[in-house]
Amino acid sequence: MTDFLTSEHLHGFIQGAYIIAALCFIGALAGLARHETAKQGNILGMGGMALALVATVLLMAQQNELAADAPSLGVAVLVVAAMMGTGAVIGAWRARTVEMTGMPELVALLHSFVGLAAVLVGVNSYLQHGAGHDTVHDVEVFVGVFIGAITFTGSIVANLKLSARMKSAPLMLPGRHWLNLAIIVASLALGVWFALVEGDDGAGVGIVPLLAMTVLALVLGFHLVAAIGGGDMPVVVSMLNSYSGWAAAAAGFMLGNDLLIITGALVGSSGAILSYIMCKAMNRSFVSVIAGGFGSDGGPAGEDRDYGDHREIQADEVAELLSHASSVVITPGYGMAVAQAQYPVAEMTRRLRDKGVDVRFGIHPVAGRLPGHMNVLLAEAKVPYDIVLELDEINGDLHDTDVVLVIGANDTVNPAAQEEPGSPIAGMPVLEVWNAKDVVVFKRSMATGYAGVQNPLFFKDNTQMLFGDAKDKVNEIVAALD
Amino acid sequence: MRIGIPRESRPGETLVAATAKTASRLAALGYDVVVEHGAGEAADQPDAAFADAGVRLGDDDEVWSSDVVVKVNAPTDEEVAGLRRGATVVSLMAPARSPELVERLAAAGVTALAMDAVPRISRAQSMDVLSSMANVAGYRAVIEAAHEFGRLFTGQVTAAGKVPPARVFVVGAGVAGLAAIGAAGSLGAIVRAFDVRPEVAEQVESMGAEFVRVEMEQEVSSDGYAKEMTAEQEAATAAMYDEEARAADIVITTALIPGRPAPQLITAETVAAMRPGSVVVDMAAANGGNVAATVKDEKVVTGNGVTVLGYTDLAGRLAAQTSQLYGTNVVNLLTLLTPGKDGVLALDLDDVVQRGITVTRDGEVMWPPPPVQVSAAPSAPAAAVAAAEPAPAKAPPDPRRTWYAAGLAGVLFALLAAFSPGEFLGHFTVFALAVVAGYYVISNVAHALHTPLMAETNAISGIILVGGILQVGTASNLLILVLAAIAVLVASINIFGGFLVTLRMLQMFRKG
Repeated sequence: MTDFLTSEHLHGFIQGAYIIAALCFIGALAGLARHETAKQGNILGMGGMALALVATVLLMAQQNELAADAPSLGVAVLVVAAMMGTGAVIGAWRARTVEMTGMPELVALLHSFVGLAAVLVGVNSYLQHGAGHDTVHDVEVFVGVFIGAITFTGSIVANLKLSARMKSAPLMLPGRHWLNLAIIVASLALGVWFALVEGDDGAGVGIVPLLAMTVLALVLGFHLVAAIGGGDMPVVVSMLNSYSGWAAAAAGFMLGNDLLIITGALVGSSGAILSYIMCKAMNRSFVSVIAGGFGSDGGPAGEDRDYGDHREIQADEVAELLSHASSVVITPGYGMAVAQAQYPVAEMTRRLRDKGVDVRFGIHPVAGRLPGHMNVLLAEAKVPYDIVLELDEINGDLHDTDVVLVIGANDTVNPAAQEEPGSPIAGMPVLEVWNAKDVVVFKRSMATGYAGVQNPLFFKDNTQMLFGDAKDKVNEIVAALD
Repeated sequence: MRIGIPRESRPGETLVAATAKTASRLAALGYDVVVEHGAGEAADQPDAAFADAGVRLGDDDEVWSSDVVVKVNAPTDEEVAGLRRGATVVSLMAPARSPELVERLAAAGVTALAMDAVPRISRAQSMDVLSSMANVAGYRAVIEAAHEFGRLFTGQVTAAGKVPPARVFVVGAGVAGLAAIGAAGSLGAIVRAFDVRPEVAEQVESMGAEFVRVEMEQEVSSDGYAKEMTAEQEAATAAMYDEEARAADIVITTALIPGRPAPQLITAETVAAMRPGSVVVDMAAANGGNVAATVKDEKVVTGNGVTVLGYTDLAGRLAAQTSQLYGTNVVNLLTLLTPGKDGVLALDLDDVVQRGITVTRDGEVMWPPPPVQVSAAPSAPAAAVAAAEPAPAKAPPDPRRTWYAAGLAGVLFALLAAFSPGEFLGHFTVFALAVVAGYYVISNVAHALHTPLMAETNAISGIILVGGILQVGTASNLLILVLAAIAVLVASINIFGGFLVTLRMLQMFRKG
């Protein structure tokens, strides 16, 4: 047994398995490029993960054999099995029970776990190896714990905000940018101290700067996300996704494990690209989103302009409008998720399609609280994905559309983004719904959207407002369609 | 409060001030609505339709003794006499042209609201009956012309020879003119249109017609209505009218100047020079007509076979449609007048719309109202310029700066690498390549799959589990073991939760 575990061949086998696992992960993400291959991609990812775990358990057994004062292999395997079993049960339970409207919260929560694991692995790495022997390793440990801690508290705050257990309005402390800067500078100083500690074997003074920095980073993560409003959460969740990846990569550096590095880098760049796409879709710079404070002045943005009058419409009139239309586009927003209106919307879509009406969906990249959130909600309600189109795909067709239903969206359909250079959302790409023949806006009241900007769409001649709870109103339309 | 909808007393009137649908919407505002028996007969709104909609029917005494009486035509002398003191009457009134009516209404001590005096501001568009009726009338004008015209509107090539499309010339691109352009265009005619306001050219072209231009100085309208032109302008346009009308098969004139007789645009000589069989529809006939040969409410055929239609009831000829639109305008007005939705009419004279339509209030003459500026054309360009100024376009960054920065970063990294152990560099190579691979792979992911992508990356970032497992295996004390065990626990929640939720989501996506 000992011979087998310490053999050169086993080490090679493990590394080989890691390479295959890394390729599987790349393949998994590549598979997600299209609906047709997405499921295979996910299965590939699972396979890669299983392979990586088997190889890691072997690697653990090998290192256990070589380590001097380690627990016996049996104990170690038992601990790992027990913990993984528990984790599997919890994870499977969450995955099975989560509402699709609650996906953003779950994703944020999962990010916080990666952050927590990165902190624990980093601190452990110090406890095992100490500090001051190898500057590169010290820096790796320090950076890994720093990113992990920010991800941990940041994700928890994002989770609380998304699940409405914390106010989604941005937290505006005086001098908050200076506070963040001070924490970063202090962490840097602590890092220098940590790297300069002499001959610490894991039980010395090195723990002081490490833990002090961990606390500071936890505060920083909390404060960073607390200062960002609820509507910017798609960017924040993507950013935290990216951070969780970098945290894993940093852990890979400190453990000298290429699989961790590759996976971390993949996840890190994935999150970064998603954040970039989100920011571009809002025409805001990444820095301005992360600096936070946007959308704080929730009320109407203090303009006393006369936009004119809006017209009201009733559900049965909408039903009539829809049944006489030949093409209908539905543009949902976060409001649809809040009202849980995706099922009635899907039902309405099905009936209209049965009548021969061409119904399609136009999804703005930042609709909802997670990139692609609307697509998942519609898929849950069994709306076929080939009628769910993106901003660029649908915008050109809106000219020839008879009726557009705007359900719970506001800023993403605001013509001010194109027509008013002084508007806070100027330049943001929007769904040009006003080009359609008729627009019906489902809304609770005339309040402004997340950006706090009044929406001239509501006052256009071809726009009619349907006030009330989106779910009830869509149900009324479905009933009136018979 | 009770709203009464009487039967129109004018001979030949087909319209009614409320349909079953709009009457029930009035009731939804909290009013008690009573419709006179037979009020809607001519507009395809039989008593049964009102009864089905839950609207009460009553006799004329009950209707005329209501708190609010809503009708289409201005009330006659007897009708005014039948109103209660303090009651409110809503109808078309043309207050500028009927001073005696205004006096009688004042003497009767009633509040009179003129539906045709709604100011032309965008907020009040939903109550603008003149627009609603002009829209219907414009459409009907084309239908009447097509009825009289002995040929097809649309051009065709048939086995029996080629049919040229009809040429339609529309004068005045207001609501009626645009509706006529749309209707004529849909029938397949070639449509040309003229308006003294050059700013409407875009609207005309958007309806598929060609805008006829005249070389002359023009002015931008500030109240939404066309103004009478100066003498020189008139001379320049007269030639154009003559030329266009001679070339056309159908001429539809809609030129009106509020409070004044309609301008005469098509002279007797022009009509005499038109081709036999041509049709002229004069939509301004009620105000004297734009065409010399027009006789109000009559069809006239000139000596050279040109038919001139002077019908003034074009909107009434589509009674069901016009009543529905008029009724909706009334509902919108009463919605504005009933802020509490409690069936209590509250007139707010500080509001320009409500002030604009108030002819008399409790016997006091309120006409004419102070002028209202139209919100559309003026002052907007200045505001746009002012708004643009504080946000000057950002100068694009110097491309050289990017190169310098990249170069500097490269040099710094090379220096750093020189002092790093080889093992680190090996790992870093892997890292850098993985970032690049990730960039290209993720860029291809469809937007619709971004949520599954996040869940998937969540799952694979649980690979940090590897670190935890290795640390469990090599833990030298209990603290390390416990911390590592927790790391394994949370990371495996991630792995299993992430993969399974991705699987669940992907199974939901299906093709239609």
